Amino acid sequence: MSATNAQQASPPATSSMPTDLSRVVIAPSRGWVSLGLKNLWDYRELLYFLVWRDVKVRYKQTALGAAWAIIQPFVTMIVFSLFFGRLVGVPSDGIPYPIFNYAGLLPWQYFATALSQSANSMVTSANLIRKVYFPRLLVPIASTAAGLVDFSIAFIVLLGMMVYYQVVPTLAVLLLPLFLLLAIVSVLGVGLWLSALNVQYRDIRHIVPFLVQFWMFATPVVYPSSLLGEPWRTLYGLNPMVGVVEGFRWALLGTNPPSAMIILSACVSVILFVSGLFYFRRMERSFADFV
Amino acid sequence: MSNIAISAAHLAKMYRIGQGRKTNYATLRDRLGTLLTSPLQKMSSLTRSSSNGSQREQPKGNVNVDYIWALNDVSFDINHGEIVGIIGRNGAGKSTLLKVLSRITEPTRGRAEIYGRVASLLEVGTGFHPELTGRENVFLNGAILGMRKTEIAGKFDEIVEFAEIEKFIDTPVKFYSSGMYVRLAFAVAAHLEPEILIVDEVLAVGDSRFQKKCLNKMQDVGREGRTVLFVSHSMQAITRMCERTILLDSGNVLDDGPSHRVISSYLGAGQGTTAERVWDDPTTAPSGEVARLRAVRVRSEDGHITEAIDIRKAVHIEMEYEVLKPGSLLLPHYSVRNEEGIKVFMSLDNDPQWRRRPRSPGYYISSVRIPGNFLSEGALFVEATAITMEPVVPQFLEREAVAFQVIDSLDGDTARGDWAGNMDGVVRPIFNWETKFQPRDH
Repeated sequence: MSATNAQQASPPATSSMPTDLSRVVIAPSRGWVSLGLKNLWDYRELLYFLVWRDVKVRYKQTALGAAWAIIQPFVTMIVFSLFFGRLVGVPSDGIPYPIFNYAGLLPWQYFATALSQSANSMVTSANLIRKVYFPRLLVPIASTAAGLVDFSIAFIVLLGMMVYYQVVPTLAVLLLPLFLLLAIVSVLGVGLWLSALNVQYRDIRHIVPFLVQFWMFATPVVYPSSLLGEPWRTLYGLNPMVGVVEGFRWALLGTNPPSAMIILSACVSVILFVSGLFYFRRMERSFADFV
Repeated sequence: MSNIAISAAHLAKMYRIGQGRKTNYATLRDRLGTLLTSPLQKMSSLTRSSSNGSQREQPKGNVNVDYIWALNDVSFDINHGEIVGIIGRNGAGKSTLLKVLSRITEPTRGRAEIYGRVASLLEVGTGFHPELTGRENVFLNGAILGMRKTEIAGKFDEIVEFAEIEKFIDTPVKFYSSGMYVRLAFAVAAHLEPEILIVDEVLAVGDSRFQKKCLNKMQDVGREGRTVLFVSHSMQAITRMCERTILLDSGNVLDDGPSHRVISSYLGAGQGTTAERVWDDPTTAPSGEVARLRAVRVRSEDGHITEAIDIRKAVHIEMEYEVLKPGSLLLPHYSVRNEEGIKVFMSLDNDPQWRRRPRSPGYYISSVRIPGNFLSEGALFVEATAITMEPVVPQFLEREAVAFQVIDSLDGDTARGDWAGNMDGVVRPIFNWETKFQPRDH
């Protein structure tokens, strides 16, 4: 009855309505589900806004603002250079220790902050998740992407250091984006797993700081991977960040060229990433009930 | 093209108590613990979401204490252009239904098909970030609600005008008053142009003038041929807006039809929480051996039955009851709870005329006057109870007997004074302040 009323009342609006309405089926999903990449693409603008929000908010009401993105890695580099470079005398593949260290710290810090952010992202966005529908994958992806802004700022310092230490990059520098991509994939791989687990197991929030701390020492940030002999060196590549850090050093400073180690790292991070995507999608159905 | 906008068939949603959305998160230790105790049984539960893991349970009301079926078996079809109200008491499954239809949570069983772009508005200002300015939040919130950036930009001026906050659009929203915040948030939502709009009780906030404006805007939305699904406790708003109403009760559709009919049967059945409840039929009235409740009413100072009370004005709550047997000491009392379920106060009959005096059979009306400038703003639910003393025997207890809204205007003479921001607290009294001053010695 009311439907016919509505039609009579508004013929123009009805005709302006798309004739081919999108159709959504709501039903319980079972088992492993598709990644819903098309749906993700449809929501790309929201991804942009979530990243934009994170970036905008990050340094609001701080006196130093975005300078923090430089201060953190820079001061860390100075401390490491004093302790490991000077005092302990850790080798640095024949490169001045500060720049050797900074070239590793740069991707490492990106990994560490982006990982912590994305692991907690589902919980910090709980309010959104309980009240609005959107592909939940956007949440950890946005946190991962937002970290790239800090990375870019800190990168400028590296360029300055390269000028100071008169390091001329080789053609390998062209592959740098590839290693950055590997870093992003690694963050997402681990971040997807942790963020999905964090929804149900709040233990993750306490695990992540530890994990990041230990992980740094399992990654050649303060020391070169050349300290290890074969076959350990290749096995070392099971840590995806090994490939990223060594790749960065090679691309920027021309240290050890890529080896089986880096390939292994790349494989591990891709496996983590793909499995993380599917695990996340599988858990997604109950996020709103648990978060 | 079929004219159906939403078609729901046998929707059911189960929550696990204690693991539902409320509090208790499973910790790894719990899970590992169950792994150890029943390894084979639970092995797969680590990778399986819990709502999925127990689908074999049957939805038989709330028989199994571990599970709650927030929705039991809900089916309906809604055509394009219909404005449908959804009513039911607290816990009837209204919000769960909206969550399922907005794809926030998956149904445990059943199926729904939705034809058209959906925007759901389960909360005002979802995703608003306090540090961002009004302008920035309009874009962020718009994107969260599913608008395209160009669409938001195109409607931006209209949104700001609707919200009436032109001057503060570049101020971070954390400095906004709650009124401004709500207005801006609703303005964004009101300018959504989905084919289907799902709205949950968001009009219960803001001043009444703006509420009316929003209602009108929503009605316009309906006239433009859009479908609106609207949950509300306000029968007034439902009657005004919706031609059709669906009544939910414990997760089932109890009634579905023209609003006036559904609402009157709902109120007649003593189900709705409004400002007045009358039990005409003594057999269904809450009753004990000695006393029987007949009616509960909320009245303003001038005696009108009303759902909306100005925060500055007193409110009278009265219960009409029948004493069936002579000789008992009766103690009627009220408990008032707010929307969060927090008990604001309990008040016992202290009328000296009846205190410690046995009552004769007959009809009584006991009323209590709650002064103005005492309750905080928002919805309040009144529980009406009576017990007999010596020995203590409960006679009747009606949990959400009546309800009313306290409204705090921004006129400057309420406890708010000149502060238009957020004010928490279960009560909102005006106290006397005194500030002493001593000039600094030079």
